[in-house]
Amino acid sequence: MTAEMRSSLDHCVKCTICESHCPFSAATPLFPGPKYAGPQSERFRLAGRSPDDSVDYCSSCGICTQVCPQGVKIAEINSQARAALKEERGIPLRDQLLARPSVTGRLAMPVAPLANLSFRSPPVRAAMERTVGIHREATLPPVAKRTFQGWARRHRAPLGGPAVVYFHGCSTNYYEPRTGRMAVALLEHAGYRVIVPPQDCCGLPLQSSGIFPAARRYALRLARSLAPYARAGLDIVATSTSCGLMLKREAREVLDLEDDDDLRVVSERTYDICEWLRDRLDEDRLPGDFRPLPMRVPYHAPCQQRGHAIGKPALDLLALVPELEVDELDTDCCGVAGTYGVKREKYDIAMRVGERLFRLVRESGARLSVCDSETCRWQITHGSGVRSVHPIELLYRAYGLDEPRPR
Amino acid sequence: MSQDVVVVGGGLAGLTAALRLVQDGLRVVVVAKGVGATHLTGGTIDVLGYTPDRVDSPRSSVSELVASRPDHPYARLGVELLERSLDWFTEAAGTLGYSGSLDENLLLPSAVGAQRPTALAPASMAGGDLRKSPRLLLAGFRALKDFYPAYLADNLTRAGLEARSTVLATSPRPGEADVNGLIHAAALDADGGFRCRLAEELAARVEPGESVGLPAVLGLEKAPEVWRELQDRVGAPIFEIPTLPPSVPGMRVHRRFAAALRKGGARSIVGAVAVGAETRNGSIDAVVVQDAARKRSYRARAFVLATGGFASGGLELELGGKVRELVLGLPVAGTLDGSAFAAGALDPHPLSRAGLAVDDELHPVDADGKVVYDNVYAAGAMLAGAEPWREKSGDGISIASGIRAAEAIGERLL
Repeated sequence: MTAEMRSSLDHCVKCTICESHCPFSAATPLFPGPKYAGPQSERFRLAGRSPDDSVDYCSSCGICTQVCPQGVKIAEINSQARAALKEERGIPLRDQLLARPSVTGRLAMPVAPLANLSFRSPPVRAAMERTVGIHREATLPPVAKRTFQGWARRHRAPLGGPAVVYFHGCSTNYYEPRTGRMAVALLEHAGYRVIVPPQDCCGLPLQSSGIFPAARRYALRLARSLAPYARAGLDIVATSTSCGLMLKREAREVLDLEDDDDLRVVSERTYDICEWLRDRLDEDRLPGDFRPLPMRVPYHAPCQQRGHAIGKPALDLLALVPELEVDELDTDCCGVAGTYGVKREKYDIAMRVGERLFRLVRESGARLSVCDSETCRWQITHGSGVRSVHPIELLYRAYGLDEPRPR
Repeated sequence: MSQDVVVVGGGLAGLTAALRLVQDGLRVVVVAKGVGATHLTGGTIDVLGYTPDRVDSPRSSVSELVASRPDHPYARLGVELLERSLDWFTEAAGTLGYSGSLDENLLLPSAVGAQRPTALAPASMAGGDLRKSPRLLLAGFRALKDFYPAYLADNLTRAGLEARSTVLATSPRPGEADVNGLIHAAALDADGGFRCRLAEELAARVEPGESVGLPAVLGLEKAPEVWRELQDRVGAPIFEIPTLPPSVPGMRVHRRFAAALRKGGARSIVGAVAVGAETRNGSIDAVVVQDAARKRSYRARAFVLATGGFASGGLELELGGKVRELVLGLPVAGTLDGSAFAAGALDPHPLSRAGLAVDDELHPVDADGKVVYDNVYAAGAMLAGAEPWREKSGDGISIASGIRAAEAIGERLL
């Protein structure tokens, strides 16, 4: 355990506030709770061995760390404990695969139509569940025909304007290139020139699967490619809240990379896209040419978004759109936590965790719901039957960017 | 982001101030390091329980207390404000159905069978008032550790009450040996048959004329409904007894306040630490908050500081005995002046009344009584002069100072 984790651990007063907020211990007896599996079990781990494997049922949603009034890094301690456990017990092939979205994306993309068809085929999914351990009901997003990077290379960016760097992440590149195109359109509409550097995975899925050495390689490689821009004083804007949080804080704290200078400068310059747009709003630099969007939609702030500790900038931005009403849901977690809810033994737990959120979305009667994080959107769409979209999709539509513009 | 008021701290005092400000139509942001102590409290509102003898009437005892202790927060706040604040709280807590008054304390059993004086209690607890000498059946759940009905009954019997105990076998997770209160509450909310099984088992054990005391786990989201339904099905009066944390009745209050704040358009940021301020000419322009990546300034016209005392990290004792207020570095009153040790183990500690000295509007003041920042207001456990754990005064101080801070800000801004 790192010195920083260790000193935070000593502040635990066993108040149980983390336990009272853990969505996963509430849904399954297999996870006894963040305090029990974390600070309380740590004394056994100090002896060099994991006392049990319950920490594998922690999803790394991070809510325990957010709510802890004493500043204990509970989720981070549990992530490190899981990595130690995986080192002792070995890592299943399934986790190795799920934890490398850029590898699976690159493999699947050339055969995208076939891959997408087979992911919808029950016999294939049943076989995948038996052999690899991916639950047959779990949502696997369709692979795109073309990467976002491919689109960005051909995209003719405006020549002038201040520059901003876009960190799109794997989901945008391989599964949701549309999110990336909308982000670029929005940033350009605000008068910025968008730079899309070559980039690979941030290492978050590896980190939450407990595969730390590979996670460090990915995180550092990404930091190397983004650091020159950060050093040049450019902001780095992310549409993936969890990968953005990885760059801001998690890679440094969980993977113990505090000393890496590239990661530090990148971290200081990284913003969630809604956070960054809200800052422009505060500077009066956000265009106000919104068209009315006459609809009422529920909004769920995902766990990782709350981990940024910046409030809910999506709500501040969407409040600008005439006739758009947004209801913030009183919900904690959708259950999927990246790849947790996709795994055979965890799918049912994840669906129980998200039950309340799915119900509230359905009961809202809305045709869309809003959520910042991609895997959460897929899970909410899957669980509620109502399509979940990134907040920037509504801004994109409100600016009329979805309609062909006269030249 | 610009707002009218930033409230630092999300415990009872911070939430009270924030909600009262929202009701005035002000734009409020609550910044909290974590979730506050509401989750650790029993859900009753203690105003004054001991001075040091047991208090029967908070109204008269508060008046006597402040006559001899002019530095006590109640001396600044006053009985009239206290009464108004309790009415406000009762209204804000809505269907939880708080009752009681400043005129007389209820006497409720604690989880170990002590008799606990408190001013307000939710509807689901008020039936446990021991002053009415009810015949008691104390019932626990086999899988809920930390609640021992036999111990409780034994202590109440020693105190001259008629009490017996039983342990119920029904469980929300059959086969599990250790199931916490929150899981029991969630299962009662969801009503997948657990309510019914509980009612049946309890009905078979209760005797006519008995009141049933259960651990306070009777639903979180559907709190009053679960309690009422059980009472109807069992056919006997039922009341809840607060247990060790996670404390379901405290969480109910937190949920109500958080929902009301959300509805009122307040923003709440949990997991962010206020680490400093931008100051100018005796005022504060912004508090500086550490988030996941950077320090960010939250500008406002007024600021409520409700970060708690030593236990919550609002105050910190340094080696050498110096006490610091951690956000603004405000002067702390009641610090060590001589020995750091009390004479006896249970005597008041020399630091136990340390905290912020304030004026009547709750502006923190320095040793000469001079206001430090004219747009900063302090509330809750960080105020100097009280010993809430000994006096049982913490909830009253938090609610009344939260209301006072909000009213003073309203007078300034509106």
